[in-house]
Amino acid sequence: MTQAELANLREMGDEDTLKGKYLIFTMDQELYGMEIRYITEIIGIQPITEVPEMPAYVKGVTNLRGKIIPVMDARLRFKKPEREYDDRTCIIVLDTNDISVGLIVDSVVEVLTIEEEDIAPPPEIRKGGHRYIKGIGKAGDTVKLLLDCAKLLTDDEVDALNDLP
Amino acid sequence: MDNGFSREPMLDIFIYETMQNIEQLEVSILAGEKANRLTPDTVNEVFRVMHTIKGSAAMMMCDNIASLAHSLEDLFAYIREEQLENMECGQLFDLVLKSADFIKLEMEKVKKGVELDGNPAGLIAGIRECLHTLKGEDTDTGALETGETPPAAQHYYLPAQKGGKNHDKKTYEAVIFFEDGCEMENIRAFVIIHRLKDITSDFRHIPADIVDDGESVDIIREQGFTIYLKTSKGHEELYDFFMGTAFVRDLTLREVPEDDLWGDSAEPADLTLEDSPLKIPSLADQSLGIPGQVDLGGFQQNIISVDVQKLDKMMDLMGELVIAEAMVTQNPEITALKLDSFEKAARQLKKITGEMQDTVMSIRMVPLSASFRKMYRLVRDVSKKQGKEVDLVLTGEGTEVDKNIIEHISDPLMHLVRNAVGHGIETPAQRLAAGKPRRGQVVLEAKGAGSDVLIVVRDDGRGLDKDAILQRAVQRGLLGKPAEEMTEEEIYNLIFLPGFSTNEEADEFSGRGVGLDVVTKNLDAIGGSVSVESTPGVGTTTILKIPLTLAIIDAMNIRVGTAKYTLPTTSIKETFQARAPDLIQDPQGEEMIMVRGEVYSVLRLHETFAVQSDYTNLTEGIMLMIEQDGKCRCLFADELLGQQQVVVKALPSYLKSINNVGGLAGCTLLGDGSISLILNVGGLLGM
Repeated sequence: MTQAELANLREMGDEDTLKGKYLIFTMDQELYGMEIRYITEIIGIQPITEVPEMPAYVKGVTNLRGKIIPVMDARLRFKKPEREYDDRTCIIVLDTNDISVGLIVDSVVEVLTIEEEDIAPPPEIRKGGHRYIKGIGKAGDTVKLLLDCAKLLTDDEVDALNDLP
Repeated sequence: MDNGFSREPMLDIFIYETMQNIEQLEVSILAGEKANRLTPDTVNEVFRVMHTIKGSAAMMMCDNIASLAHSLEDLFAYIREEQLENMECGQLFDLVLKSADFIKLEMEKVKKGVELDGNPAGLIAGIRECLHTLKGEDTDTGALETGETPPAAQHYYLPAQKGGKNHDKKTYEAVIFFEDGCEMENIRAFVIIHRLKDITSDFRHIPADIVDDGESVDIIREQGFTIYLKTSKGHEELYDFFMGTAFVRDLTLREVPEDDLWGDSAEPADLTLEDSPLKIPSLADQSLGIPGQVDLGGFQQNIISVDVQKLDKMMDLMGELVIAEAMVTQNPEITALKLDSFEKAARQLKKITGEMQDTVMSIRMVPLSASFRKMYRLVRDVSKKQGKEVDLVLTGEGTEVDKNIIEHISDPLMHLVRNAVGHGIETPAQRLAAGKPRRGQVVLEAKGAGSDVLIVVRDDGRGLDKDAILQRAVQRGLLGKPAEEMTEEEIYNLIFLPGFSTNEEADEFSGRGVGLDVVTKNLDAIGGSVSVESTPGVGTTTILKIPLTLAIIDAMNIRVGTAKYTLPTTSIKETFQARAPDLIQDPQGEEMIMVRGEVYSVLRLHETFAVQSDYTNLTEGIMLMIEQDGKCRCLFADELLGQQQVVVKALPSYLKSINNVGGLAGCTLLGDGSISLILNVGGLLGM
């Protein structure tokens, strides 16, 4: 997945063309999907400046061509074990509600179209368990956990305070 | 403004000029009020301003503003004609100021692009009444009964020597058609008439009433705008004159027998005059009589008004340039090499970018005078309402600060001045009883202090009531420590806390429930601070300390472990290496250091920011003594990296929403593209 491809996709698209398209990335064996309209670009891992007094999942800030954006580690965000970054590690730059945030994931796989009827709501296991999962998409023989981008960035005020060192 | 005008340049200019005019008007009215008389200059000024506003408002289709300006113009035209100087002017001043307020309000609506729904009818009625009263008193001239103009008004378009033959002048008839779809034909015709006054005073035109008669537009569109004029100028000159007007499509210019000029009109010109005896002649005055305007024109040629957004953009680019320059000249691949000519060129580049940056910054610098002058009005209103007598003294109003900063301090200033007059200054009776001069004084002073500007609001009123403040603070639960332990200064500064207001009843001017915490809030936003000193019975002094500029600062980069931090150079008092004998530790484990007999507390940055550092022994790293508002503290860091100009960028709002870190003021890009966090000195001192 190069940036040019992504840009192409975005250019093609008013909302309709982008609808149903998901960027698939991996994290700790699982496949996750994220709606492509939230994504501005994908970059390789780059130097990150730590910011003190932030929850652990906020790795710090990085310089995106002169623009300073915060970066969070998706693994830590979902309370999974941390892992060394390698050359497959990517930062997905999201843009929701005019907030730009980088999301560090293990690797990016592909862009898939998942039809509405192939998306199942997350099963009710326990209260609050699926806060960031919007649905489960089926494509081919695998399932993808579809993330709710907006919630990822906003629905964490309480968490953030609890996570403070 | 009902037709969806976008903010085009013309509108911007209209807003800008009108606001300027109104401000100027207020200044002269207030001056007049102080002297309690109406000087011919003031009358001329009001007249001129109202005339200009009327014209431009009509052009921009702000009808309510135009009609208000029109009626005021009538009033002052009358006053000027009759030279009424020794009259009761209090009411008049009020009328003018109220009208100015109305226009300001409407201009705000214009700015926001909403419909102008203000109705000036009440004001206009007041103005009319005033005019009637004036006219009623002034029966001597008899100007009104006859509806004719006083003899003084020679510059009528129906001249006094109407019947007199003037042989070297010829009479012309000009019929002008404007371009289709140019709109506002009547205003364009008005412009021609206005210009025509420069070359002749003998003319009339059809339709006669072009400004107020809505149908005149249609007449001009269909039949053309016909002017009869008498002038000594030649045919060609006149032709050029008319064709020089914007949007003229077609012009028929012919010489006619003299009698045609006044003779064959269906509607005698006198009739028009009777309808509005004062309107059109005033125009002639305008163009002929006021030298000030000519001067102004010459003055304005040197100034252009620029969209602030462009300046912001330029500022951003300047910031990028500073970074890019550092990236090139401090590029690690180059610094290893010894390149004489490169270094020479790099120095040159640095010098030029430096100068350019200074220039860009200076473009954004605006004198405080505009914000300061607004206070005259405020002081007047508040003191009048409360029956106090207060003089406002401005000093150093020429001091310049960044445009962004001005926006942030207008409100605080207003609050402080309002408080000084409302709460500080006593009534004349109380003042006399206290052995003070009858008139109170509020001083508004601005002065530079390093990279800061101090704005001082000082009154000679009753001073702050320490006990009342304490009592109130206790009531509201605002005290952070026992009252006995608080210094006088700390007590006074309680008034800036949110939810504090010593005035029980909120009135129109002071204590609207917002209180002085607005001051602190606004100042925090721009990295400024506020402090207050007071002596009971003598007065109160409030000092606002604001930075000159926000965007680019001189800074010192320091390293702690692998992290880099940046401190504004101005807040670093000194840097030194600690010696073991100077270090002290108190029983709670608080570390302190003795420097030249003074003890300062030590803040280990690596602990504060939880950074792994090899330097944990205080004698190994470096100490930075920081200072702000008289408070000092020593910071312990690994090493100094060097000085650099940095462009301040805000921390991403996402981070702020998670946890607003008090110790950080923002971040900046270093020459190598890495990010350094800018430390907030105020925050660190409070830790």
